Formats: sequence, structure tokens, C-alpha cells
Amino acid sequence: MKARVTVTLKSGILDPQGKAIEGALKSLGVDGVASVRQGKVFDIELAATDKAKAEAALKAAADKLLANTVIENYRVELL
Amino acid sequence: MKSAVLVFPGINRERDMARALKLASGNETAMVWHAETSLPKGTDLVVVPGGFSYGDYLRCGAIAARAPVMDAVRDFAASGGLVLGVCNGFQILCESGLLPGVLMRNAQLKFVCRDVHMKVERSDTPFTRGYNAGQVIRVPVAHGEGNYEADEETLKRLEGDGRVLYRYCSPEGVVDEASNFNGAAHSIAGIVNERGNVLGMMPHPENHVEEIMGCTDGRGLFAGLVQQFEKAA
Repeated sequence: MKARVTVTLKSGILDPQGKAIEGALKSLGVDGVASVRQGKVFDIELAATDKAKAEAALKAAADKLLANTVIENYRVELL
Repeated sequence: MKSAVLVFPGINRERDMARALKLASGNETAMVWHAETSLPKGTDLVVVPGGFSYGDYLRCGAIAARAPVMDAVRDFAASGGLVLGVCNGFQILCESGLLPGVLMRNAQLKFVCRDVHMKVERSDTPFTRGYNAGQVIRVPVAHGEGNYEADEETLKRLEGDGRVLYRYCSPEGVVDEASNFNGAAHSIAGIVNERGNVLGMMPHPENHVEEIMGCTDGRGLFAGLVQQFEKAA
């Protein structure tokens, strides 16, 4: 089973990297960019075939390691 | 004082730290590999040194914080043992949950490698007793992610409980925006946990302990720790 965990910064957390990318997009002349926030994507292959078990494992992975929940949110998707 | 320095792949300040500890205490320091599940018997102080553990993959300190040895460090801290984390060590302690908050990318996005000044906020802790309250010391920094952030509630608690031990300041001791080179909340350079036995700090006091380094302002921290155990003995 394939899955994707997306980790993003919580709103209100300063994202200097996103700001730098935003600036670069503007200087490239890409129109209409209001703001950019940078995040991370983890593509994970699971041995489990049970959906509920897979979701629980991914949630544990995100809570324990993939995200720092002080500053980040995450979303788990089974593909 | 018997100290143990943790060694993770990618750490690079462990020898500097061991040297500073030996200079202050006269004792050899145990180097403890990250895969160990216990600390040497009779350890008084655990140090998490600086560097780039696991190449800063995922987040600075994130992978080291989950290493087997960290469970032993958690138990050691829970029983009141002293833990010092410097630079990457501070990041590791935050990631491990031993300290609140997080070290974010420097506000100016630049890796900063130079001497800075910091103010010792109080002298009645094991980590600051070698200094006077209000004393300004010069210490090197070398980091790209030292911008300390925590939620308002946590910051309020840190300040209210006097848990900010070191704060960036001007050479004259003024805490202002200009001296807060990495954008840290409240100019925080170093904090302790609620119990006061775990300190995390971004600057490297271990690199200012000998005349040849051009400054010995870092000595106070190590001398204070040694005194702490002399007093206890």
C-alpha cells in the first residue's frame, strides 16, 4: 500500500525559506504569487493491507518523527 | 565531576567539549556512542555536543533525539542528573522533549559563525554559578538554525520562572534587536527545563576556555559545574 504524509508549518510560524522562495518567484516574473509556505512530502510504502492499521502506523510515524508538532501540522493520505 | 559526552554520527564538537571538561575537572570524559542503552556508572553530567548529527536530515537534531542512548538520558534527567546541550545538542534536547520549543532557521537565513555576547541572567544555578548575575560574556556561535521559538504560553512560563539563563546582548550588555542576530524569541540563547537540571544553549562556551583561543569567557560555565559537584561531595 502506498501512502503520502504531508508536513506543513502551522499558520503563524515564520517561514523564512518560504519567504525567500516567494521573493525568487516574484523576481522571475511569475505573476500573482501572494505567498509561499514550504513543507515536506514523504512517500511511504507499507506492508500492511489493512487500511485502518496503515493509517494508525502513518499517524504514529508522523507524531513520533516526521513532524515536530510544536510547529508543524501533518496530513496522512492512502494512495 | 564525571562527565559523559554523547557521540552521534555527524557530531563534530565532541572533542572540543571533552577537552574543556577535562581542563575544568581534571578528569577524563567518557565518550558515549549513540547506540548505547546506558550511561557509564557514576555519571554526574551528560553533554550533548554540537555538530550536524545525521547531516541535519529531516530537522536539526530530529533523528539523534530518537537514538537509543536518549532513553538513558531521559531517565538520567528524570532522576535529577545534569544535562548540557550545546548548539546541535540544544536542538536535540528540544526535539527529544527534554526542553520546550524549537530552534528555527535563523531569521536572516544565514549561517552565522562569529563571536557574540550574551548576558548571564542569574548566577544561582548549576549552569551559571561560575558567573555573576548580569555578567556579559563573549562566546562563539556557529549555526544556521538557532532562532529559538516557542508558543506565547511557554515563553511566558520560561520568563516567569527565570528559566532563561543566557540572552544575546550587545558588548555593553544591552539586550536589543541589533544584538539578536538569529531572531530568537526574547533574544534567548539558553534555557533550562522546569526542574532546572537540563540546559540547552546555542553558543559554544567550550571554544572559549584557553588563552590560545583568544578568550576564556566560557570557563565559568565549566568551572561552575565542577564547583557544583565539589560542594555536593
